[in-house]
Amino acid sequence: MLVYTIDRTLDGILSAVFDAFSLHQQPEVLVGKGEPLPLFCEEVHEVRTADDRAQRVWAGLEKRVSKEAMRLLAVSYLSELPELDTPLFKYMCKVFQQPKGARSIERNFSDSDVLAVTNIFRKVMHERLRMMQFVRFQKAKDGTYLGVVSPDHNVLPLVVAHFQDRFGTQPWLLYDAKRRYGFYYDQHEVTRITFRDEEALPFDLDNGKLNDEVLSEDDKLFQDLWRTYFKAICIRERMNPKKQLSDMPRRYWKYMTEKQ
Amino acid sequence: MLTEKTLEKLRILAESAKYDVSCSSSGTVRGGKQGMVGNTVGGVGICHSFADDGRCISLLKVMLTNYCMYDCAYCVNRRSNDIKRATLAVHELEEIVMEFYRRNYIEGLFLSSGVVRNPDYTMERLVAIAKDLRTVHHFNGYIHLKSIPGASRELLSEAGRYADRMSVNIEMPNETSLKMLAPEKDHQSVFTPMRFIQQGVLENKEDRMHLRHVPRFVPAGQSTQMIVGATAETDRDILHMSSAMYGQPTMRRVYYSGYVSVNTYDSRLPVLKQPPLVRENRLYQADWLMRFYQFRVEEIVDEANANLDLEVDPKLSWALRHPEQFPVDINRDDYEKILRVPGIGVKSATLIVNSRRFNRITSYHLKKMGVVMKKAKYFITCHELTDGYANPIVGINELHPERLKPMLISKAQQKKAAAELQLTLDFGEGNEE
Repeated sequence: MLVYTIDRTLDGILSAVFDAFSLHQQPEVLVGKGEPLPLFCEEVHEVRTADDRAQRVWAGLEKRVSKEAMRLLAVSYLSELPELDTPLFKYMCKVFQQPKGARSIERNFSDSDVLAVTNIFRKVMHERLRMMQFVRFQKAKDGTYLGVVSPDHNVLPLVVAHFQDRFGTQPWLLYDAKRRYGFYYDQHEVTRITFRDEEALPFDLDNGKLNDEVLSEDDKLFQDLWRTYFKAICIRERMNPKKQLSDMPRRYWKYMTEKQ
Repeated sequence: MLTEKTLEKLRILAESAKYDVSCSSSGTVRGGKQGMVGNTVGGVGICHSFADDGRCISLLKVMLTNYCMYDCAYCVNRRSNDIKRATLAVHELEEIVMEFYRRNYIEGLFLSSGVVRNPDYTMERLVAIAKDLRTVHHFNGYIHLKSIPGASRELLSEAGRYADRMSVNIEMPNETSLKMLAPEKDHQSVFTPMRFIQQGVLENKEDRMHLRHVPRFVPAGQSTQMIVGATAETDRDILHMSSAMYGQPTMRRVYYSGYVSVNTYDSRLPVLKQPPLVRENRLYQADWLMRFYQFRVEEIVDEANANLDLEVDPKLSWALRHPEQFPVDINRDDYEKILRVPGIGVKSATLIVNSRRFNRITSYHLKKMGVVMKKAKYFITCHELTDGYANPIVGINELHPERLKPMLISKAQQKKAAAELQLTLDFGEGNEE
């Protein structure tokens, strides 16, 4: 069995596609560098990630598949799932292997690689929706709204445009506590930020709460109002915790005002 | 400034509003605007939270006041009920909406009200709030306004300029039962505002064809609601009414609300231990069949089957009544026919018709695409199953519907049904008589 090892970046996967065609090989599995190799692995090729090669492959893909399919490839990469690498790689190879003029494989969902990438794309988009649903902002004294999240997939880049469109009149900071970076909007543009000194963070990474000295005065009141409303709107005769959990899994609760 | 009192008022008014089912923020796509707060995303809308009863919280659903001059038997807020009453001040409500919205708690406002003095007076106050939110607070999010039955046309057309969606509840599919439970209301008072709004929307559409800058009128259309289980109507009555409603060009959603016994003392109403949740669920499933699966209402319920089967979903129930429509050939039949197979939904049907242009679809592919093979296998062929003598196919026509049905009902469901037939003796404290 032929195995390629990659550095688990999108450029790495694209470079692997380049190598596969230039070496006339068809690796069966892609494995991250330093990770244990599968059994019966006879030959290992280490892929060197190269920008120019990755760009050539990307440009080649753009010529062969639709814009939606390109978006699917890019978005599915944000899942950060290790099981994505091989199907994504094979999907790309299949695009190049198609005879000229053939119907593009992007809609052939009976192909296991296309289906696997599509399903992962769906997962990422679902996580994106959940961010749009469950982000809770708190207002700081200086007027900035802070929302802390820790999504399963790296979806923050996908929701920034939504929040910019919606909250264009207020400065906000969205922070990913798992990946330790965030996006700050100053009412003009969005910038990606990281904190140099994590000790001095004005909020708690575990529950996303702003420290009392920076929290604006009336924020506590609105949090209480929201909790009151959340309790009042429930019809006790229709209790259905199972449905609540399936629509709003417990892992999101720690940053949500009404569940704290 | 808001105080502790606001907290109590919000609690009372949310509890009064919660029996209204509609909460969706769907139907309009409106991007953010310079200097305005918010946008609407369209699609199915965004649910920001889920209450302990599992219902979605998308809009701030609240009543302006729960004082009401009507005495509708099914309503918590009826005049003869002894409950806490409150009225939110206009500035209080507006501040709550804006601050909740800025914190990403809600998509917008669902505003309703008890009727005070007269319908016009009440409607006027609702419209004033919507107008204030749009013009003073520059709110660009979702607004759903309840139109008060009997309100004047002028007020409704003003409301339509600020609201995304408007709704009037039919409550009962038959006018006689509506009259029985709500003597001050009749179908006329419900259908008149509905027609006003519809006319407004259609005229606005016409205007916008000539002048693009004409502001939109109720862009997300209308919705309505019916109470299930409070009166003797069958599912057939209810679904025929919804089908007629969906025939109107601006009606987007009909909601079904399982009756919760709120006024147990009223002898006109049944005393239910629990709201009819299964029936409500079946009605929603039937509603989905009409909206997304191209079923006609006569196919779902007819004279012989005036009520939906509580054991199996309406699609499966239809399939069991129509074995002549099966088996469906996954590789050849139309999308519409594939959509009617139990266990195949819109998503998997789309995947099937897209993929079968490349190669033959087998049961292995179907499983991977998310088809519920446990159900679907009795209703389809995909070539591999027609194996001749060695491995005869077992489909609905071989098994016959009456033998197939029990196989498709889960063990847990069968046990539950058996338990319901068994009478139990209750020696607990429940019996006060």
